[in-house]
Amino acid sequence: MTDRTINQTTLASPELAACEVHGMTRASFILRGALATGALYGTTAVAPFVSQALASTGGGDAEILNFALTLEYLESDFYTVKGKQVGLSGQAKSYATLFGAEEEAHVSALTAAIRQLGGTPVAKPTFVFPTTSESSFLALASVLENTGVGAYNGAGPSLKSKAVLASAGSIVQTEARHAAAIDLLIGKSPTPNQGFDRPLTKAEVLAKAGPLIKA
Amino acid sequence: MSNPANDQSVPQPAGIVERLVRDDVDRKRFLKMAGSAGAASFGAFVLAACGSSSKTASTAATTAASTSSSSSTGDLAILNYALTLEYLETDFYRGVVASDFFTGKVGGLIKEFGSQEMTHVEALKGAVEKLGGTPVTAPEAKFPIKSATQVALLAYTVENLGASAYLGQAPHIQNAEVLASALAIHSVEARHAATLGTLVKKSVTPDGAFAVPADMSTVLAAVKPFLA
Repeated sequence: MTDRTINQTTLASPELAACEVHGMTRASFILRGALATGALYGTTAVAPFVSQALASTGGGDAEILNFALTLEYLESDFYTVKGKQVGLSGQAKSYATLFGAEEEAHVSALTAAIRQLGGTPVAKPTFVFPTTSESSFLALASVLENTGVGAYNGAGPSLKSKAVLASAGSIVQTEARHAAAIDLLIGKSPTPNQGFDRPLTKAEVLAKAGPLIKA
Repeated sequence: MSNPANDQSVPQPAGIVERLVRDDVDRKRFLKMAGSAGAASFGAFVLAACGSSSKTASTAATTAASTSSSSSTGDLAILNYALTLEYLETDFYRGVVASDFFTGKVGGLIKEFGSQEMTHVEALKGAVEKLGGTPVTAPEAKFPIKSATQVALLAYTVENLGASAYLGQAPHIQNAEVLASALAIHSVEARHAATLGTLVKKSVTPDGAFAVPADMSTVLAAVKPFLA
């Protein structure tokens, strides 16, 4: 299945589709994942291929940030809008309030950063979240936060601006903290990837987030 | 550990960070240089600050920069710095696990975090060697292990420091592979910190929406009290 096929069959978001088509290819993301693993465990064989993949990618920082912005829109909408609809209580409610505000701050920061880079921030999509209870809400929160961590970690090495990388790093650390807090609350491991958070390919991120984007 | 053949051409990384932490003179020299130079060659300055004391700092810096590609020199220094922090974290968790202060679910998490720090040590050692460097040796550390509450608070502090240390270095890393690895570790440190935050009833996001990075000198000053 090609990226284009994924976009056209499973996504309703033109913003994400555009990101995918013009951004890094699935192949290069996979290579980069191999690279990350190789770097850690000392395999050198993949390095030349990865360098080529990184060099040949066309998407710039603004496009990567627009992809991140879509995810942040999704997270902030989930916590602030869906959280209220579901009717949360206790710790779930306080996390949703706190994390929702923090995701909104990420939206504002990314919007400003994209403009600074001369890009046009994507419009906020419409989302549909298949949750009706606190438990299903928290289960989805875990998916979204962990996907966010993998998405930022996956995109990090592609960022050209060191300032943008610093901002993305600052945000991903917060996403990782959210993920751990939510996972603890629902009895899951706060470190689902053990010692090394796996960078996600754009296609992997879209597989998780895409179905939640209505238009 | 000293390799005379390399003394002039490539500063020995072993013990560099430890020396920075221990030696106020070196640290001040390092801070002065770091303050007067751009961040691009940050790593070279770390090496330079710890180079032979018979050389002037600027000579050492020039040597470091000219005998190795500047990117790998900088990345090596960062990796060895991260390795030192991971050694300290591993040592800390070893003491905590041995204390038996924590049992059940919390005890399980503490053990898990400790073993994850050990995998970070192994990975960073491998990365240093892959870049042609020599991994630093583990510093002698001494963490106070007095009570469950004290230890949990210290763990929260240590993990927050670790997360901010990685965040502070990410923009200085030149090699994409090294950066990908550092990011993979960085978010795990953040997960540890948040978990411990829930344990000690502190914020899981103490910096709010945007985690604050810490530079090398800040981090080294913070860990100094724990060196034996």
